[in-house]
Order: sequence, then structure tokens, then C-alpha cells
Amino acid sequence: MDHAENQSHPIGVYLKVWGLLFVLSTLSYLVDYFHVQGYLRWFLIIIFMLLKAGLIVAVFMHLQWERLVLRYVILLPPLLLLVLVALMVFESDYVLLTRVLSLGS
Amino acid sequence: MAHQGTAGYTAGPSAQAEGWQEIVTDLSADRKAFRNVPWGKAMMWLFLLSDTFVFGCFLTSYMSVRMSNTVAWPNPSEVFALTIGGAHIPLILIAIMTFVLISSSGTMAMAVNFAYRRDRARTAALMLATAALGATFVGMQAFEWTKLISEGVRPWANPFGAAQFGSTFFMITGFHGLHVSAGVIYLSVVALKVARGDYERKGNYQIVEIAGLYWHFVDLVWVFIFAFFYLW
Repeated sequence: MDHAENQSHPIGVYLKVWGLLFVLSTLSYLVDYFHVQGYLRWFLIIIFMLLKAGLIVAVFMHLQWERLVLRYVILLPPLLLLVLVALMVFESDYVLLTRVLSLGS
Repeated sequence: MAHQGTAGYTAGPSAQAEGWQEIVTDLSADRKAFRNVPWGKAMMWLFLLSDTFVFGCFLTSYMSVRMSNTVAWPNPSEVFALTIGGAHIPLILIAIMTFVLISSSGTMAMAVNFAYRRDRARTAALMLATAALGATFVGMQAFEWTKLISEGVRPWANPFGAAQFGSTFFMITGFHGLHVSAGVIYLSVVALKVARGDYERKGNYQIVEIAGLYWHFVDLVWVFIFAFFYLW
């Protein structure tokens, strides 16, 4: 399950992930190039972003071969940022509303 | 499932636990929490975790100034377009920068692999290639900054739209560029030490993987900046 001290894996894994990262980056660039707009644009951007981030963290940073406790210690805390994001979404909507109402812009 | 007990640890029956049980045993054992994870690596991960929050705060603040703005946000696709050979290509410089950084991540992953095979020459060469690609990235970023500044983009104003575009752009890409620059220096130092044979004498190439973690993190942050700042 885990490779303890030594993160030694077949080189083919890295080459495959490297290739995939290129493909995913090209795809996310093409989203902009072909002017995809609206919800489809946001959806595609986020999907490609998460896939790239996942590949980098899991394979290049060896996290999928690390001990479970280390994986949770690293992956769970950043999820708290989603709470901050949610709070700031409400705050920004409120600020925008007050600006529109009081500045009339 | 081969858990070689590290110094001072004797593997009891609970050492074979899996899933949540394994996490509980690891955290409640009266010993260091990350069994078989070298200290350097655990500490690098914790540093990267704290850095995640720094960039997380930057991107969240960018989100809130953009969402609450009554002035239209500049279209990054147009702002970062270049005219190459008469053709107007949107966002091309950023796309090239992305590919350069991903290439550098690939060479770094290879370097870590060769380090564990004790291939000193290839490890050092691949690390120096990674550093060179990183330096290329910083150079292109300097070009991008120069171009935008000459077009009148300032942290407090710009000719394209919402004033906050400038401040968030310089803050986020500047901080990321600083990380890349620091990484280039870090990798170069480690590569020279690898080439000199320092780690051969110690018989421990862990430092290459630790430096690699930092470098992949820099690439990881760029993935998020590319998606949220340039493509959104």
C-alpha cells in the first residue's frame, strides 16, 4: 500500500501524466480560443483545473503513495477555504447591492 | 504493506490497521505522527499547506473585488493577447507560460525518479533543465509585466476597466513569480550539490524529492491562477 521511505515508481507513469497535463492545458486554452461562454465555460475551466491539480498532487507529488494520515492532513485543511469563499460570495453580493443602491451606478 | 518500524518503534498488532483505523493509530501512537515519512518531507508539506492558504486568500480577495465591482472587469483574453506575425492570438503568452511550467514539472518528476536510481549526472542535468525552464517562465512574466505597464496598467488604475484588475494582477502574479524565482535558486543549489556528490556520500537523495515537492506546488498554484485569473 505505501512505499514508506522510497518513492520509486516506473518512469512511464510520469510520462503519461506529463502528456495528460499537456492535453488538459491545451483543452483549457481552447475553451478561451473558441470563446465558449456562460456556464459551460466555467464548468469546463473548473473540470480541467481540478483534473490537472489532481494529477500533479497525486502523481508528481507522490501523494497517492503516501500514508493515509499524511494525505488527510494535507488535503482536508484546504477545503476550509471553501467556507471563506462562500462567506465572501455573500459579502460581495451585499457590497455590490449597496453600491448599486447608494451610488446608483 | 511492509512497514519497517523506524527507530524506537515496534510494530504491534495495531500497526496493520487500514483506513480510518490506520489514521487513528498513527495519530494516537506516542511517537511522531507520520510514520516512515522523513521529517524534511513532512515539514515541506506543512510549509506548502500554509502557502496554500496564502494563495487561497489572494484568490478569494480577487474573487470578492471582481464580484462586488460595478465597473466591467477587463477581458483577460484581450488584455493578454499578442500579435505574432500579423496574427492576433488571444492569451497566447499565458498559454506558452503554462506549457513551459508544465514541462518544468515533468523534468522535475524525472529528476526525482533518477535521484532514487542514484543516477547523479541525469538528476543534476534534469534539475538544471527544470531551473532553466523556471527562469524562462520568470523572463516571460517580466515581459508580460513590462508590456502591461507600458500600456498604462497600474495597481490603482488601468485603461481597460475595473481599477482592481491591476492590483490583483500584480499581487497574485508577482507573488507567484517570487515563488518561481526562489524555486530556481533552490533547485540550482540542490542540483549543484547533487552533481558534486554530496548526497552520494550520505547515501540519501530525499532532498531532491523535497525540492521537487516545492516545484510541483509552484506549478499547482499556476494551474489555479491560470483558471481563475486568466480564463474566467
